[in-house]
Amino acid sequence: MNALLGFMHKEMRHILRDRRTLIILLVLPLAQVLLFGFAVRTDVREIRLVAVDPAPDAATRSLQARFRGNDVYTLTRVVASPEVLPELFQRGEADQAIIFPPGFAAELGRAATGRAAEAPVLQVITDVADPNTGSALQAYADQVVRRWQRDRLADRVGPQVVAGALAGITPRVRMWFNPTLESVNLFVPGLIAVLLTVVSALMSAISLSREKERGTLEILLVSPLRPWQIITGKVLPYMALGFVNVASVLLAAWLVFGVPFRGSLALLLLESLLYVLVSLALGVLIAARTSSQRTAMLGALMGLLLPTLLLSGMIFPLTSMPGWLQAVANLVPGKWFLLSARGIMLQGVGLAHLWQETLVLTGMTALLMVAAIRAFDVRLH
Amino acid sequence: MRTLRFLLAKEFRQIRRDPTLLRMLLVVPVVQLLILSSAATFEVTEGRLWVVDQDRSTASRGLVDRAVATGRFAVAGTSASMGVAEDALLDRRAAAVLHIPTRFEADLVRGGRAEVQLLYDAQDGAAAGILNAYMGRILQRYGDEVGGTLHPRSSEPGGGGMAGGDVQQIDLRQRGWYNAEFIYSDYMVPGILVLLVTIVALAITSMNIVREKEIGTLEQLNVTPVTRLQFVASKLLPFWIIALVDLALGLGVAKVVFDVPMEGSLLVVFGAALVYLFVALGLGLLISTLVETQQQAMFISFTVNMVFLLMSGLFTPIQSMPSWARMVAEASPVKHFIEIMRAVLLKGAGLAETTTPILVLAGMGVVIFTLAVRQHSKTTG
Repeated sequence: MNALLGFMHKEMRHILRDRRTLIILLVLPLAQVLLFGFAVRTDVREIRLVAVDPAPDAATRSLQARFRGNDVYTLTRVVASPEVLPELFQRGEADQAIIFPPGFAAELGRAATGRAAEAPVLQVITDVADPNTGSALQAYADQVVRRWQRDRLADRVGPQVVAGALAGITPRVRMWFNPTLESVNLFVPGLIAVLLTVVSALMSAISLSREKERGTLEILLVSPLRPWQIITGKVLPYMALGFVNVASVLLAAWLVFGVPFRGSLALLLLESLLYVLVSLALGVLIAARTSSQRTAMLGALMGLLLPTLLLSGMIFPLTSMPGWLQAVANLVPGKWFLLSARGIMLQGVGLAHLWQETLVLTGMTALLMVAAIRAFDVRLH
Repeated sequence: MRTLRFLLAKEFRQIRRDPTLLRMLLVVPVVQLLILSSAATFEVTEGRLWVVDQDRSTASRGLVDRAVATGRFAVAGTSASMGVAEDALLDRRAAAVLHIPTRFEADLVRGGRAEVQLLYDAQDGAAAGILNAYMGRILQRYGDEVGGTLHPRSSEPGGGGMAGGDVQQIDLRQRGWYNAEFIYSDYMVPGILVLLVTIVALAITSMNIVREKEIGTLEQLNVTPVTRLQFVASKLLPFWIIALVDLALGLGVAKVVFDVPMEGSLLVVFGAALVYLFVALGLGLLISTLVETQQQAMFISFTVNMVFLLMSGLFTPIQSMPSWARMVAEASPVKHFIEIMRAVLLKGAGLAETTTPILVLAGMGVVIFTLAVRQHSKTTG
């Protein structure tokens, strides 16, 4: 036991005397939460619209003014022919284009009085290279044009007639647990998972493989320290650091972004502890299987960071993934941590609802710890 | 020149003799591309819908059938009361609840208008928002049709042609350019490929010089007549080539596995990649000269990667960001290269349309490379 304490003492000194790393470790996570919390959003805020208006008249000008008056739209330019559109889209200078037919006002007049068989055609072209944004953009255009028509009609026949005659089904929508769909609320638990992965797994992997690279690991191995003691000694200081990070990120999320905190803090800390242990075990495993710091780092980046970001449900909903990938996602500890963290923070549920997630995390921890100690043991012989 | 050749031979030999590293550099990115590209989608199919149908009429059943027929929803369960439905939502057995109140059909017949209630589990906010958008569209269409037929008065032409679907006097035709079928992988694969190449380039070069520092071999090099420029070039070129090979492999996977369209010229892509990699590798070298240990290098390059990952318009649109964050994005080389890749591959842009971002990248490259060479000092201490 004494030997273990001494060894941990040595590790602590390693960390504390490398001031630069320590500051990076403590400050960067906080900076990231603040940066991404403000910056990462999916709501559409600005649409750059080009109007193709070969023969301007009262109606085209009125509809253009409508787009101009809309907060989301910026009418960047009005052109006479659609020929320039491909170039504008390719340069990324336009998101949407609206093409008016010549004689729009006259045609509209005829259609309204029933003297024309066909309604005038209004074309809207949208850059849908990004399908998510693209479909949102199409919905916006549709809405603006609908409203414009309804208001024109109301001017003519009176608002009551229009309101009374509008058919349709109105949805009353309630969003549970996150009524405004605030991105930050979903993002913070995910960011905690990612940061814990980095601090715990990457740092412990690097620290172990560093001793390997420098040859000091052999000295440790011939010392009376047992493998599990070496691993514990390596791992515990980073566990403490990970916890400090969890605390600071949670505090920032609560104070700066007002992320709700409905459930029990103790339970969240317990889940974090489990997650830190899983990450640390993974870090040790990676270090045991690689021979240099740079391979360890690449392995950790590719094998842990990207899956945690993309397969945990942090950015992309798990339900949209193909079935086989959802099965793969089950192997990502981050997924289970994220589910329980969101449950605790946003839903305020306790173990009664989260026992499954907790059980999976516990199982993973146990399994990986054993695997890590074994992988390490093999190196002894 | 001869000195450079010798240095290059040394670097290549070092890479070749580390098979783990080589595997990580060439195989892992391809595997990642295969897996992660399938994860990066916001499209939801068969969202689990819980139905509380208190009307039990032809109209209400028709609405549920319509929702299922779109393929966007699958009925996860039904109940007569909202209490049961709310439990299902809490247990994640359902993602959304559709509550159709009594008098739904009667209201439609009498006034052509009715109301439904929708409840979403917004814990997974992205998915909830998407499901709500799908449902909104379904309700709009169904309301237009059924409201019109059940409430004939509103679709009489004598009523001014203003009710139901007839409020629309304009034939609004929406067209989506560049990804008309809304295929996510077409948009995501080029972006993820850029990210993987960047991670390889940045991680590996940022740890390269500092490694020689740590091992002590840098001092040996410092006392040789090798110039700073030669030294930096020898560190950069091997990984430049490896990263290009990665890009080519990735593009092959994109074409064969994901069938990503390649509208524009691949020459432009590779031309831009030559410039871009210069920037990415230069950035890695700059980090490498600034830090003392590989651990520090790793943490900084990890942070840089995170900023690139989340703020380069890869997953969330840049236009949704606040203006200060957009400026940060402008400063990121990844943003420009992703833009070029997407413009060329999806939109068929040529050199003329991508000149600006390529020039920006070239400018960044010159600045960063100069800094890296100057920062690397041949004196110790």
